[in-house]
Amino acid sequence: MDLLAHLPALQVVVPMLSAPLIVLLQPRGLAWAGATAVAVLSFAIAVALSIAVLDGQTIEYAMGGWPAPYGIALSVDAFSALVLLVITGAAAAALLGAKPSIDQQIEVERHPLFYSAWLLVLSGLVGIVVSADAFNIFVFMEISSLASYILIAGGPDRRALPAVFKYLMMGTIGATFYLIGVGLIYMMTGTLNLADMEARIGDVTDINPILVAAGFITIGLALKAAVFPLHVWVPNAYTHAPHMVTVFLAACATKVALYVLIRFDYMVFQATLDAHEIQFAIFMMPLAILGILIASAVAMFEGHLKRLLASSSIAQIGYILLGVSFVSMAGLSASAMHIFNHALAKGGLFLAVACLAYQYRDLRLDQLGGASTRMPWTCAAFVVCGLSLIGVPGTAGFISKWMLINAALETGPWGWGLVAIILVSSLMAVVYIWRIVEALYFQAPVEGEAPLSEAPVQLLLITGLVAVLNIYFGLFPQVPLELANSAAALLLEGSR
Amino acid sequence: MNFLELLGYFNYWVFAIILTVGLYAVINKTNLIKKLIGLSIFQSAVFLMYITMDKVEGGTAPIIQKGVEDQIFSNPLPQVLILTAIVVGVSTLSLGLAMVVRISECYGTIEENEILDAD
Repeated sequence: MDLLAHLPALQVVVPMLSAPLIVLLQPRGLAWAGATAVAVLSFAIAVALSIAVLDGQTIEYAMGGWPAPYGIALSVDAFSALVLLVITGAAAAALLGAKPSIDQQIEVERHPLFYSAWLLVLSGLVGIVVSADAFNIFVFMEISSLASYILIAGGPDRRALPAVFKYLMMGTIGATFYLIGVGLIYMMTGTLNLADMEARIGDVTDINPILVAAGFITIGLALKAAVFPLHVWVPNAYTHAPHMVTVFLAACATKVALYVLIRFDYMVFQATLDAHEIQFAIFMMPLAILGILIASAVAMFEGHLKRLLASSSIAQIGYILLGVSFVSMAGLSASAMHIFNHALAKGGLFLAVACLAYQYRDLRLDQLGGASTRMPWTCAAFVVCGLSLIGVPGTAGFISKWMLINAALETGPWGWGLVAIILVSSLMAVVYIWRIVEALYFQAPVEGEAPLSEAPVQLLLITGLVAVLNIYFGLFPQVPLELANSAAALLLEGSR
Repeated sequence: MNFLELLGYFNYWVFAIILTVGLYAVINKTNLIKKLIGLSIFQSAVFLMYITMDKVEGGTAPIIQKGVEDQIFSNPLPQVLILTAIVVGVSTLSLGLAMVVRISECYGTIEENEILDAD
């Protein structure tokens, strides 16, 4: 048996089957160890898959040996490998450092259930990415969403509950819209396989249902991906979730919906619908620009650390979407690159927040005074990841911003305007990151508080590691860059 | 398009109306239980759409019978899909209701505006 050939299936099956087993690991600490081992194994599988597709080929896998249009197919190409790396990397890194923070925030007897839900989120997210079947994407989307509602509501903060309820409403509406779109396409083409859909839409005589389906799918997935102005569920859900859950979800959850959106709009629709790329660009570009500017502006005036970073996430989704809406090789690879780099930067920032939250009960900026002397390493890691978020040369964030600017210049006379928008929003990022740095380094400590010390070593090590990776991938971006470039080539090849 | 043709799309009209009614309830109601009811209605509309499109006139269940050769079948695939979607809908609803129970325990109310005032 060739194990490599089964990796796409194992990627989903390993976390999914481990999830119910984790529930049985009642003794203290065992559930964490089991879940972490599974997440690290998933990451190893993702790395193996990435190496296999690095030269631009696609791995097809027929579930149960049933061939593609009839059976359920999985497929992994460079784009999915990049997103798989982000998902499994975020899950593994967050879990490796999670124990102290989770012990503090969640009662011990609920730990097995919590880690089980974590693995369900992981298996749902990777399932979305490897699946080549429109309906399976829906099912995996619901698996990951339902489990992530549980994770977010699992913390001690009661405000998480209304936030989750709102997320549940909007998430379900988004998924149902997607389901309507898939149904309409199935009605006209008789297939659910994405590649088969692309081939058959061209033969459809009445194109109107397909156009309606394109609208439903785009809106539904935009809702899931928190594209401005459909982002209202994000700030509260990220702010009140347990800190480690925020690390995991902020790094990858919305990007997976964006991945499906890109896949549908490039692979399925653009190849077959007349002038779809123009409609897509005209519809998405203003939303991306508004999202970048408004969410950055909101972040500049936000007083709560986690809420500020959540607003910044919405702006970053805008960057990814802006690159996609250029419908060009450069734009798409910039977007794919930003998916990777933003996960590194924002994951690192939220890890540092989790370190701070371990010692500080209140995460409002005016309560964080004196953190730099009490927790120097945490603050240093925060600054490095913050620089990467801004896009300072030498950090990972710079690479994708630079690529995005180059792609914007290629778009023609409007390019300079787009570059101006990117630069203005980067300045806004400087402002909001500086506000946090000022609070951490230059603000007087709040009176009457007991002296605090550094975060636990386990959490701190992971935070430091992610910060170092931000610099490493800023200096040596070859591997993600190669994946991003082949991803863009595959997407554009699909559309022409 | 004449009147009879419009009538021919009866199921799709019902689908669109139920969908809108559900969405309206989700957006407009402040009581969380009523919101969940709206969400369920919204999802049921999609079930109706899938069931409608698989129906073949005169078609029956896709079971091969001895001696009957020219049998017309309805498409079974959308029914299978929607069975899965119904399961997803039920789990979403139950998770939503569980959240409402927790909200009611923590806040003592399930009216959205009162919850917003409480924080």
